[in-house]
Amino acid sequence: MSIPVLKFDAVIVGAGGAGLRSAIQLSEAGLKTAVLSKVFPTRSHTVAAQGGVAASLGNSEEDHWHWHMYDTVKGSDWLGDQDAIEFMVRKANECVVELEHYGMPFDRTDDGKIYQRPFGGHMSNFGEKPVRRSCAAADRTGHAMLHAMYQRNVKANTQFFVEWMALDLIRDSEGHVLGVTAMEMETGQVVIFHTRATIFATGGAGRIFYSSTNAFINTGDGLGMAARAGIPLEDMEFWQFHPTGVAGAGVLITEGVRGEGGILRNANKERFMERYAPNAKDLASRDVVSRAMTTEINEGRGCGVNKDYVLLDITHLDPNTIMKRLPGIREIGLQFAGVDCIKEPLPVVPTCHYQMGGIPTHYSGRVVTPQNGDYNTVVPGFYAAGECACASVHGANRLGTNSLLDLLVFGKSAGDSAVEDLKAGKAHRELPKNAAEQSLARIAALDSRKGGANVHETRLAMQRTMQNHAGVFRFGDLLKSGVEKILEVEKAARELEIKDKSMAWNTARTEALEMENLIEVAKATMLSAEARKESRGAHVRDDAPDTPEFPNGRNDAEWLKHTLFNPVDNSISYKPVNMQPLTVEPIALKTRSY
Amino acid sequence: MERQDYERLRWRCIRRALLELDITLTRFLDDGFDQLTEEEQAVFVDLVALEDHDLWYLISGKTECTDDEAHFAPVVEKLRKCSVRLAN
Repeated sequence: MSIPVLKFDAVIVGAGGAGLRSAIQLSEAGLKTAVLSKVFPTRSHTVAAQGGVAASLGNSEEDHWHWHMYDTVKGSDWLGDQDAIEFMVRKANECVVELEHYGMPFDRTDDGKIYQRPFGGHMSNFGEKPVRRSCAAADRTGHAMLHAMYQRNVKANTQFFVEWMALDLIRDSEGHVLGVTAMEMETGQVVIFHTRATIFATGGAGRIFYSSTNAFINTGDGLGMAARAGIPLEDMEFWQFHPTGVAGAGVLITEGVRGEGGILRNANKERFMERYAPNAKDLASRDVVSRAMTTEINEGRGCGVNKDYVLLDITHLDPNTIMKRLPGIREIGLQFAGVDCIKEPLPVVPTCHYQMGGIPTHYSGRVVTPQNGDYNTVVPGFYAAGECACASVHGANRLGTNSLLDLLVFGKSAGDSAVEDLKAGKAHRELPKNAAEQSLARIAALDSRKGGANVHETRLAMQRTMQNHAGVFRFGDLLKSGVEKILEVEKAARELEIKDKSMAWNTARTEALEMENLIEVAKATMLSAEARKESRGAHVRDDAPDTPEFPNGRNDAEWLKHTLFNPVDNSISYKPVNMQPLTVEPIALKTRSY
Repeated sequence: MERQDYERLRWRCIRRALLELDITLTRFLDDGFDQLTEEEQAVFVDLVALEDHDLWYLISGKTECTDDEAHFAPVVEKLRKCSVRLAN
């Protein structure tokens, strides 16, 4: 079968913040640049980011990139690479100001500067006191950011392929990346994008969990493609969770609900936080609350038919207080739980929010893999940025508002690196004869298979396995059985069947292809989590508790290292954390406490 | 509605930027869309072309249709009333 080939200098997969930012660099450098997106660019999940973007502009009070660096390293529980972190925080101001010049309508101070607001974990003078560092555009920071960058791309003649899904990475026998295969949804046609540079900016994969704040689009397509192309995935055991998402839906219930007097109860109506945190009770920190909720569920005191959630009760509060102090909560309860929280408690469960790991990259945005003893061998022609990549700046836990900063800094950096490499003048390398074979075989298998697994059921089995076995609080025995279970689900995911065989707008096929990506991420997460026998940042194990020898369960002697999950043979290796910043002294190891 | 048009619309409902819309619109396609008149279906197509925040604020009642958007109002009302069901 003859497959159309479209030649570009660069293809960027994903049109969220990281993809749009890198595209600006390439297009403005005069390179022929294609951006592929499953949806219209301004409908990417970056839109959901409201908190702001961190930059030590010092507009509201004194601030310094070194303090921002300290907060980021501490937030990462020292798993973040300090060279990459220094690079990111030092680029922050430049990237934010650039964005302002692109037309981003930041909130302003009375004297016209970018207004900065406080955010959890942002401190001055190396953890001394809170500092105002977050730059925002009302409650639409991500949305405004995408609009500004999309318009800049239109001006720069970036070519958008909207409602296209990338399928597989194309590599030659020497491992060079030569582009991607992709499918136009409107026609079902598979096309080869033959390029000199390929940038992945596909976002996270939060949909591997049953309860996730992520939009349905976050199916880890870039990670799935990288895994199928033999690229290891880094630090996939680290996922940030929120304690209270609406059970079964994932929509966030603000922590302000507990602040206003909300009480968590189990199936026996017991206020269980009294047992876990006798003083702070329901106002204990996020991780303590999440762990208590998980323990209640695991020990059989969860609510509902499956005993898989707990209740957040505000029925004792004055309805006027609820309406006044917690606007929107009643609507969320009604819309997503079918519950009027004035009369009944809300079903809640710890909910996945952000993926810290991803495709391993250098801070230049170039993808790196271990080869012949060098952990950071560049994969020629391949770059990644944003949530799908692991630079690694977030380490074991991300500092608030560093996600938008990550996609600006590393989107730009990946774009700059691609420009630099392409200006070196290398021509398109010859496409292998079988460049589209893997993608065509996957589609043909979906179209012809009879008696295979149902996509929806397989996704649900994966999500429940991940939620129950590798959720916010982890147990050794559950992780072990989780590995077995997820490998079983993987078998089903390799044998999916779809009923609709039509070419044009076959959303069943697209969802099946997404499922094939999700399972790669789920497997990497479960196996990496089972292997890491300590607690660090967002990876908290019951069998690695807080002791004088290992505060917070963290064991630096054995586990201060990055996980690399090899999807080819499900093996795990490790690489050192880079503790050496670019210009300053390393931020020394310390117990992470707030 | 032709199959192809419906499937395009479906994709634009089930892959939004905001989870709230993914859930609400998926639910509506399953439970409410078939009961719309042809004219209302055309309005729904225009409605889902709105920016995510604008659409969500309309559906959640945070904002109301402006005079220019008055033709959206009956369909927005149906979206608001669409039966609640746990989604995934």
